[in-house]
Amino acid sequence: MRYVTATTEQEALTVLKGGDVRVVAGGTDLFPAMNDQAVLPPALDISALAAFHGITRTESGWRIGAATPWRDIIRADLPAMFHGLQAAAREVGSVQIQTRGTIGGNICNASPAADGVPPLLTLDAKVDLISENGCRRVPLSDFLLGVRQTDLRPGELLRSIVIPDLPDHCLSDFEKLGARRYLVISIAMVSALVVPDGSGGFSDARIAVGACSAVARRLTRLEELVVSAQRAEFLEEIYSGHFTALSPIGDVRASGAYRMRVSETLVRRMLTGFLKEGACG
Amino acid sequence: MDDLAEVPVLSFSLNGQHVTGKVPQSGRLSDMLREEFSQKDVKTGCNAGDCGACTVLLDGVPVCACVTPAFQAEGRGVETQAGLFADDPLGAQLADSFLAHGAAQCGICTPGMMVAAVALLRETPHPSECETRDALGGVLCRCTGYRKIIDAVMQVHDLPETQGTGAVGQSPLRLDGTPKVGGSEIFGDDGAPQDALTLRVVRSPYARAGFEIGDIAKFVNDHPGVHFVQTVADVPGEKLFGVIPGFIDQPVFAVHEARFRGEAIAAVVGEKDTINALNLPDDFPVTWCERPAAMTSDQGIAADAPQLHENRPGNIMCEGRVRHGDAGGALQRADVVAEGQFRTGFVEHAYIEPEAGFARRVGDRVEIHACTQAPVMDQEGVASILGLSLDQVRIVPTATGGGFGAKLDMSVQPYLALAAMQTDRPVRMAYSRRESMQSTTKRHPSDIAVKIGATKDGFLSGMTFDGTFNTGAYASWGPTVANRVPIHASGPYRIPDFLAETRAVNTHTMPAGAFRGFGVPQSAIAQEVLFDDLALQLDIDPLQFRLKNALRNGDRTTCNQLLESGVGIAACFEALKPHWDKARSGVAEFNKTATTTRRGVGIAAGWYGCGNTSLPNPSTIRSGLRPDGQIILHQGAADIGQGANTVIAQIFAEALGVPLSALQLVGGDTDITPDAGKTSASRQTVVSGNAARLSGLALRAAILKLCNAGDGALIHPMPGGIEVHEGGQVHNLPLGSLPSNASGYVLEAVETWDPPTAPLDEDGQGVPYAVYGYAAHIAEVEVDTDLGTTRVIRFIAAHDVGRVINPLLAEGQIEGGIAQGLGLALMEEYIPHVTENLHDYLIPTVGDMPPVTSLLIEEPDPHGPFGAKGLGEHVLIPTAPAILNAIRHATGARMTQVPATPDRVLAAMGKLS
Repeated sequence: MRYVTATTEQEALTVLKGGDVRVVAGGTDLFPAMNDQAVLPPALDISALAAFHGITRTESGWRIGAATPWRDIIRADLPAMFHGLQAAAREVGSVQIQTRGTIGGNICNASPAADGVPPLLTLDAKVDLISENGCRRVPLSDFLLGVRQTDLRPGELLRSIVIPDLPDHCLSDFEKLGARRYLVISIAMVSALVVPDGSGGFSDARIAVGACSAVARRLTRLEELVVSAQRAEFLEEIYSGHFTALSPIGDVRASGAYRMRVSETLVRRMLTGFLKEGACG
Repeated sequence: MDDLAEVPVLSFSLNGQHVTGKVPQSGRLSDMLREEFSQKDVKTGCNAGDCGACTVLLDGVPVCACVTPAFQAEGRGVETQAGLFADDPLGAQLADSFLAHGAAQCGICTPGMMVAAVALLRETPHPSECETRDALGGVLCRCTGYRKIIDAVMQVHDLPETQGTGAVGQSPLRLDGTPKVGGSEIFGDDGAPQDALTLRVVRSPYARAGFEIGDIAKFVNDHPGVHFVQTVADVPGEKLFGVIPGFIDQPVFAVHEARFRGEAIAAVVGEKDTINALNLPDDFPVTWCERPAAMTSDQGIAADAPQLHENRPGNIMCEGRVRHGDAGGALQRADVVAEGQFRTGFVEHAYIEPEAGFARRVGDRVEIHACTQAPVMDQEGVASILGLSLDQVRIVPTATGGGFGAKLDMSVQPYLALAAMQTDRPVRMAYSRRESMQSTTKRHPSDIAVKIGATKDGFLSGMTFDGTFNTGAYASWGPTVANRVPIHASGPYRIPDFLAETRAVNTHTMPAGAFRGFGVPQSAIAQEVLFDDLALQLDIDPLQFRLKNALRNGDRTTCNQLLESGVGIAACFEALKPHWDKARSGVAEFNKTATTTRRGVGIAAGWYGCGNTSLPNPSTIRSGLRPDGQIILHQGAADIGQGANTVIAQIFAEALGVPLSALQLVGGDTDITPDAGKTSASRQTVVSGNAARLSGLALRAAILKLCNAGDGALIHPMPGGIEVHEGGQVHNLPLGSLPSNASGYVLEAVETWDPPTAPLDEDGQGVPYAVYGYAAHIAEVEVDTDLGTTRVIRFIAAHDVGRVINPLLAEGQIEGGIAQGLGLALMEEYIPHVTENLHDYLIPTVGDMPPVTSLLIEEPDPHGPFGAKGLGEHVLIPTAPAILNAIRHATGARMTQVPATPDRVLAAMGKLS
C-alpha cells in the first residue's frame, strides 16, 4: 500500500513527480471511484499541508486553500461577495460531505455539476498551480476544460484559489435545483453576483450556470445587458439568445429542454431578488 | 515519505480508548473500524458517502467513515454510536428518545442518524426543525419516513411517558429496540467469525451475453489466497431456484448465456483481502459475447424479440384475469367515461442494508446467518440447491436492515451455503450497493390502459383494465403481481361490471419481484387518477365521489366475494372529510395571492388483501412455560423493522393474559422456532398474530387447568413461578414438580392459523383473501409553476386497521410507507446500467418528507386477531395517486407517468416542448 501524507509542499511535489498517485484531501471522490474493488490506489494526501488550508485576506483580495473543506467556508465570517459561494457550500451533499469535501477537490474533479464552480466563476477566481517548476496562476474558466478534464499538468497541484476583492455592498447568491432535498446532484444551478450602482442599476454583473454544459459557463451577453440596461428594464429583455453558452444534455435527472428553460427562470428570479435587495440597500 | 511496503499501523482514540491497528487495503476508515476493531455499529450502506449509515464523529465532527481515509484518523478522536450510547449522557438520552418515539424501525440507519444528531445537539441543544433536517440530511432512512426521527431529536430533553403493560392498543417500547439504539444490533454483515473466508459472485456486465468460462485452475493458481471457484458444476442439487411452484426458473449460476446485467455466473472464495482486491468480472477467466437484449415489455413482446425461456412463447410468463358482469356493455351505457394510459418504471427497494451473511458447516449440516424476510423459504431453497434434507439446513436470521419485499428472495444464501459445505472455514459475503441494485428484485414497471364509466348521478358503472408488467429475466414474484393486480384494480369501490387482464413479460433485466404492494400501487395510480377525471366531468367533489362508490359491509367485490363486515373505507373517507374541506379551502385562499407557486390537494384510496392469494399460508407460533415460571415465545415472524417482534408478542400476551414484560422472546432460528411464514403480503399481524393468539389461549387454558381455575382467573407471572388469582384465592402453581419436555417446558402450546380463502375460477371469482385492510390519503402539495418542482406540504392518512395493536408502530408503518409512495410519485426510477448507486437513484431524504397526520380507523375484521388487519402494504398504495391528483388540482397537469419529475410536470403543464 502506498499512501503518503505529505508534511511539506516539497515532499508532496516529489511524490507527485514519482508518478501515478491520486491526490486526496477529503476522499469524497477517491473512494466512490473504487467501486467494488476494495484496494486504495497509491495516494498522496495533501490535507495536512498548512498552505492548502484556510481563507485569508490578501493585499488584492482573498485566498482560499485548496484543501479547505466546505464546512470551513460555511462557518467563516465572510463579506457579501462570498454569500453565493457559502450558499453553494451549504448545498454540497450533506453535512458529512461538507466536512470532508474540499473546494479544490470540487474543482479538480471537474464535474459539470460541481456546486462550487458557478459561484467561483462569478468571483473571477483564479487557481494557483504549483509544481517543481514553480507556480502558475490560471483563471478558473480556463482551467476547467470539459467533463472530468482540467488543465492540471503532470506534477502539478492545485494549492489555492485566489479571488480579487469586490465592494462590500455587492450582492451574491446561489440556487441549486435538484429532484430532492440534500444529497442531490444538480439538474441546474445558478450563481450570480452584482454590484449595485446606487441608483437602482448594477455597475457589475456576473452570472454563471452549472450542470447545463460540460463546464459551468458565465453568461457574458446577459451580464452586459444587466449592466447596460436602465434599472429593472433588463428583465423584460432577457431572451433565449442570452443563454446560447449553454448546451444542456438530457439525462436521468432531466431533459435538455427542461434545463434550458429552468436556467432562464432561475437567473431571472435571482436578478429579480437582487433588484429588490439592491433597492432596500 | 516512505513507500508503505508493510501494512501501515495507526493509533487514535476510539470511543475514548487508545487503539492501534492496521489500515485495511481499502484505506477506508469504516473498514478499519469494522474489521480491525469490530466496531460493527459503523454500518456500510453504499461505500460512496451517499447514505450516511457509516457516520462517525472525527474530532467531534460528523463524517462518512466510508469516504474518509483511515490515515487521517491518526492521532485524532473517533466516536461511534455505541461509544456515544455508552459514554455520553446525551447519546444515552437520545437512545431513549429514539425508542420512545419509535424512531428506529429496522435500525440500520440508526447509528448514522444518532451520531449525526449528537453532533447537532452538542452545538445546538434545542434545534429547530430546519436545523434538525440540515443535520440529518446526509443519512438515508427507508423505513420510518423520518418524522419520528425528527421528533426524537427535537424532543430529546422531553420524552413522552412510556405506556402501560403493553396490552393490545398500547405502544410499549419495541422489544427489540435497545440493541438498535445502543449500537449492538447484529445485522447480516456483522456476525461473521474472524476466520471466515470471503465470497464474491462473478456477475455479467451485459444485459444479455453468451459466455464461456476459461481456465479456472490457472486462475486459482495465479491468485494466491483464492481457495476455490464455484460454477454450475458445483451445484449438487437443483440448478434453478424460485419462489412460486411452477415458476422455478432462476439459475443459481447462469449457463452459457446471462440474461441480465448482474446475473451470477460463478463465485470466488478465499482470503478476505485477496477476494476483495479482485476486479470482477475482468480478473476472472471468462469471455463474453454481448447479444441484443429486450429491456422493456414492449421489446419483450415484439415479434422478433429474443426468447428468454423455451416454454414461454412471446416471452409471456403468465397472465391474470378478473371478470365480473359485462364491463364492455356497462361502459357503453355509461353517461361519462374516463380513460388513460399509465406508465411506471422499475423501483428499487433501497434498504440501507445490502444483502449479507455468513454460513458454516456443522457436521453434515449447514448454518446460514443472514438477513431475510423468509427464513423457512430460505431453508427450503438452500436444501433444494444443495441436495440436502430440510433438517440439514439451519437458517438463523440476523437483524434485517430493511426488506420491503426483496429479501423474500434468496440472495447470498445459496452461494454461502454451497461454499460452506466445501470448506472447513465459515464463509461470509456482503453485497456491494451496486451488486445489490444490479441483481436483486425491483418493483415491476407497468404499462396500464384503463377505462372507467359512471352514471350522471355519480355511480361507477364499469371498468376495464389492461396491464402489462415487465417481470425481468426470471419469475420471482411476478406471478403474484399478475394475480393480485386484477383483484385489486377496482380499488375499494363497488364496480358491478369489471374486466381486468394482466400479463407479465420476461425481459433482459434483473427480475422484478415483490415490493410492498405487489403491483397494486401501480394499478392504483391509473384507477385513482381516472377517478378524478370522472369527478371533474361530473362536477362532483372528489372525496364525495369516492365515498359514494366506496365498498360497504354487505357488498360484493369484483371477485364476487361477499364482504359481510369489516369494510372500513367509507369510515376512512368520513374521517378525512373535515381535513379535506379545510385543506381545499386553504389552498384556494393561498392560490389567490400566489405568484410562482400553486398549491393543490389530492385524495386517493387503496385496499389490500392480507396473505397469499387463494393459497394456504399458515403461520405456526410456539410458546412454552419453563419450570421457573418463565414464559417463552418462539416468534418466527421475521421482524424487518415493521415491529412483528413487538406486535406478535403483544397479541400473545393479551391472549394469555399476562403483561408483555413477562415474555421472553426466542427468534426465528429454524432449529427452534416453527414456521411463521414469510414477512410479506401484510400477513404477519393477521396470520402469525392469529397463531400467537391461539397459542396464548392454549397456554392459558393449560395453566388454568393446572389449578382448575375458571376462564376469568388472572395469571400472575412471579419471580420463580406463576400465581393464578381467582375470586380472592391464590394458586401458586407447582411448576417445579411437573415433568419437562425435551425443550425444557412444563407446558407448551403450538398453534397454527391459516386464513380461510377459496380458489378463484378462470374469471377470478372466489374468495382470494380472508382479510382486507383499507386506506385513504390526502396530499397537499405546492408546485413551482415555472420549475415544475413539487413539494409535499402535508399528508393526512386514514387507515382502517381493524384494531390497532400498537399505535406507535402503526404510525411508523404509515409514515414509512408514505415516504416510499412519495418516492414512487416524485423521484424514483431505476434504470438498469444507469442508476446503480444511491446518488443517481434517488430516494426521499429527511428534507422531502412533510408531517403526516395519521387517523387510525377500527372497523373490526371478523377473522383478524382482536379484529386487526394488515397494514404494511396498504400504507403506500394511495400515496402516489394522491400526490398526482394534488399536482393536478394545483396546476391542471394530469400526470400519467411516474416519477413526476420536474421536467415531466412542466411538460404536462404544456410549458415544455
